[in-house]
Amino acid sequence: MKTNRQHYDQMVKKASPNSKLGLNCFKAFIVGGLICVLGQFLYGLFESWGATNDQAATYVAITLIFSAVLLTGIGKFDDLVNFAGAGAAVPITGFANAMASPAIEFKKEGYIFGVGAKMFLIAGPVIVYGTLASMLVGIVYFFIQR
Amino acid sequence: MQFFWAFIIGGAICAIGQILIDKTKLTSARILVLFVVVGVILGGAGIYPRLVEFAGAGASVPLPGFGNLLAKGVKQEIDAQGAIGILTGGLKAAAAGLMAAVSLSFLAALIFEPKAK
Repeated sequence: MKTNRQHYDQMVKKASPNSKLGLNCFKAFIVGGLICVLGQFLYGLFESWGATNDQAATYVAITLIFSAVLLTGIGKFDDLVNFAGAGAAVPITGFANAMASPAIEFKKEGYIFGVGAKMFLIAGPVIVYGTLASMLVGIVYFFIQR
Repeated sequence: MQFFWAFIIGGAICAIGQILIDKTKLTSARILVLFVVVGVILGGAGIYPRLVEFAGAGASVPLPGFGNLLAKGVKQEIDAQGAIGILTGGLKAAAAGLMAAVSLSFLAALIFEPKAK
């Protein structure tokens, strides 16, 4: 039994070579990189329209969020994630998808406990731990300033 | 050149995420939380802003950039408002992105029907 198990493990190792990880990483790298290039392009565009650095960065985020929510709505974002994995999920587009996707998916459970609550299924933890971490940074920064 | 580094750094951050998904059992939700928190810490330490200066959208568009934004906001609010900034800075900095995501997701839920499985 044990030898079978070891044999099986070896077979699994052989059947799932590093090249799969390599290919996934490559696709994530390309798609993620391209989304950032798009962001950089938009940044320049908004700046040329007279936005300050911070404003331009915010407009870029909003534009990418809008695009991701739209793609989620028409069901195309899933295809992108299936292809690019973290390449689509790690940019701000992934955060937007994490809100829009359950909001649409749980519509049938109503607007309070469906759309309203499920919207924060993944975004909730991100906001909770992100803001808590920012508080900690703030506390440290505050006392360093003194 | 700015486009080149945006591509390289942005792509690299996503590739790190992909390695974490493939090599560990972390779900993508945990990856999102991890990346934002790491961004806040690196932002607080003053490291991430340098990456943003260097790679532009390549550093600010991935989720650690969102975390960095929170850290930056908290510092600015403390500089401007004192101790109360510890509580207000993070959410204030995130407000635009957050409200965009909330309002657009709600709108999407109104318009689109769930995909038939």
